[in-house]
Amino acid sequence: MTILATLLGSPLLGSPLPAHAPWPRAEITAATWEAATTHLAAGDLTLLSLWGEPERVHMALSEPAAATIAILTLPCPTGRFPSVGRLHPPAIRLERTIQDLFGLTADDADDSRHWLDHGAWGRGTPLATPPTRAPAHDYAFLPVHGDNLHEIPVGPVHAGIIEPGHFRFTADGETVVRLEQRLGYTHKGTEGLMQGAPLAHAARLAGRVSGDATVAYASAFARAAETALGITPPPRATWLRALMAELERIANHIGDFGAICNDASFAIMLAHTGILRERVLRTAMLCFGHRLMMDRVIPGGLAVDISPDGPAAIRALIAEFRPRLEQLATLYDNTASLLDRTVTTGIVKQDDVRRFGAGGHVGRASGRDFDSRRWPGYAPYDTLRFDIPTLPEGDVNARVWIRIKEIRASLSMLEQILDALPPGPIATPLPTPTAPTEALAFAESFRGEILVWLSLNPDTSVARCHLRDPSWFQWPLLEVAIDGNIVADFPLCNKSFNCSYSGHDL
Amino acid sequence: MRKILLESLTRGALTETAPTPDDAALADLANAVNRAAKRRLGRSLAIREVDAGSCNGCELEIHALNNAFYDLERFGLHFVASPRHADVLMVTGPVSKNMREGLLRTYHATPDPKWVVAVGDCAVTGGLFANSYACDGALDTIVPVALRIPGCPPTPLALLRGLLALLEPSAA
Repeated sequence: MTILATLLGSPLLGSPLPAHAPWPRAEITAATWEAATTHLAAGDLTLLSLWGEPERVHMALSEPAAATIAILTLPCPTGRFPSVGRLHPPAIRLERTIQDLFGLTADDADDSRHWLDHGAWGRGTPLATPPTRAPAHDYAFLPVHGDNLHEIPVGPVHAGIIEPGHFRFTADGETVVRLEQRLGYTHKGTEGLMQGAPLAHAARLAGRVSGDATVAYASAFARAAETALGITPPPRATWLRALMAELERIANHIGDFGAICNDASFAIMLAHTGILRERVLRTAMLCFGHRLMMDRVIPGGLAVDISPDGPAAIRALIAEFRPRLEQLATLYDNTASLLDRTVTTGIVKQDDVRRFGAGGHVGRASGRDFDSRRWPGYAPYDTLRFDIPTLPEGDVNARVWIRIKEIRASLSMLEQILDALPPGPIATPLPTPTAPTEALAFAESFRGEILVWLSLNPDTSVARCHLRDPSWFQWPLLEVAIDGNIVADFPLCNKSFNCSYSGHDL
Repeated sequence: MRKILLESLTRGALTETAPTPDDAALADLANAVNRAAKRRLGRSLAIREVDAGSCNGCELEIHALNNAFYDLERFGLHFVASPRHADVLMVTGPVSKNMREGLLRTYHATPDPKWVVAVGDCAVTGGLFANSYACDGALDTIVPVALRIPGCPPTPLALLRGLLALLEPSAA
């Protein structure tokens, strides 16, 4: 019997709830919650997410060895739950978020400082009625002791055109001895706005959790809604979603490739990748009428079909893109001064990515062979041929190469999709369920897997939606990756991760 | 490297001809921009971008202004790293309450004369986040706004049109 089956079968408050698809969710006791935490700490289970509701907490778990997924739900009638982060650090920020939004307390947590609540909302615990906790008033960074150390506070407003976040460096000369992040500046209350929202409106909100991954977010949300409602979108919609998702992946990876090199003062690369990125966005505009393809993926299928001259435009794009990419990859590989900056810089250890369940290029550049397109998998990726590149080194250079290799794979997938694009309708009408339904779904964005847990009311409005960005399990690794590197290499490390602030802050 | 440089020299420019300034943007500016101030600054404006809670979609398109197709710097417009060097603040996002102080400090650190440009539907009206407990909504409720460039996100062309209005002499 697998660990998850044992946990699900052990002293339940009820049996797995029938309305949850496609994986089981069960209400469990605090003892089972603690048993699951012990398994997480031992590395037998991977934490997919941890989130709250006004009177309960959920954790989504996967068991890699058995290829299974389950959600454990712990009712919190007294407003408390046993801390997961105490034994399993990847849960700490998620727990602090549950405390800030819902006012539920993680018992025995080592770090119970506020996280998303900066004391600016005019109230505490905005998603709990009535408020159960006072708003934040001050914030203490972790103390650092030692001779000749100095602090460098950076942000939230940065020098470049990037999102806001605060980085507190403690340095010994040029060498960083600690980085502590403070995030939450872009918190927009997205999950709060979703509660009670009609499905179509909630889908638009999901598409604006992180603008650079709008197709992936809209797809993950749509897949959750469709699974909850028990429908399957038409094949043409599924294939076109993948087409958009791969265009989005290529645009982001090529842009980041140039931006990483630019942060090592190698500006010519950004000039060239900027042209390629613009070509992708213009092709997206021509095919789907929006450069970032926002609001094109909707629950039930798609809002628009690909334009008649779209397929030819994508083939022309591929024909131009492929040789240029190889030229730039060769330039990267032949420029010793650039490699000097990226090789052995910002190393993320393999054990850490496994422990944090870090996905995307961050995980794959440190040997974690995980991609939600392959497992748990979803259409049409089950019929597409693609490699999932992994590298063991975990440095900036490895993350650059993973991105280059993923662009190659995506270009090949674009061709496969165009060759096999089925005809037919692009959307299925949404049924009206008779009872509340729930579902969990994934979609692989360029930075890793997005998890969406959706609970629908009988009128298909949203009862509760939780969106977990891949950045949740990547940001903490950036703190570790910069250890022992010089301050000047932080932009390189940060760009090679390219975590989402907005996706994390919600 | 040498091959790429040579090729770039012979391939011809990708940069597109400048769009005409946006009429709505010009009307917007007519009330806000002081001709004398503009004469002092000449046709060169330094822009500081501030993300006040955007989804990062607007940032992607602002970035695109620097690519070879739009080449913002040919108009004398360029992005600077500090508000103390800036004439223009380009602000995105529905002003998340957690960023309000950062935004105000940036605004006050920018020397006069200065103009604030609201970029994207969120900054213009609050967008989808207008009624959130965590957002203040439209930017002009927090700081005076000289120019509005709507869109979700605005295309680089729309951004360029709006920004060119800042340089257009007829605007004042």
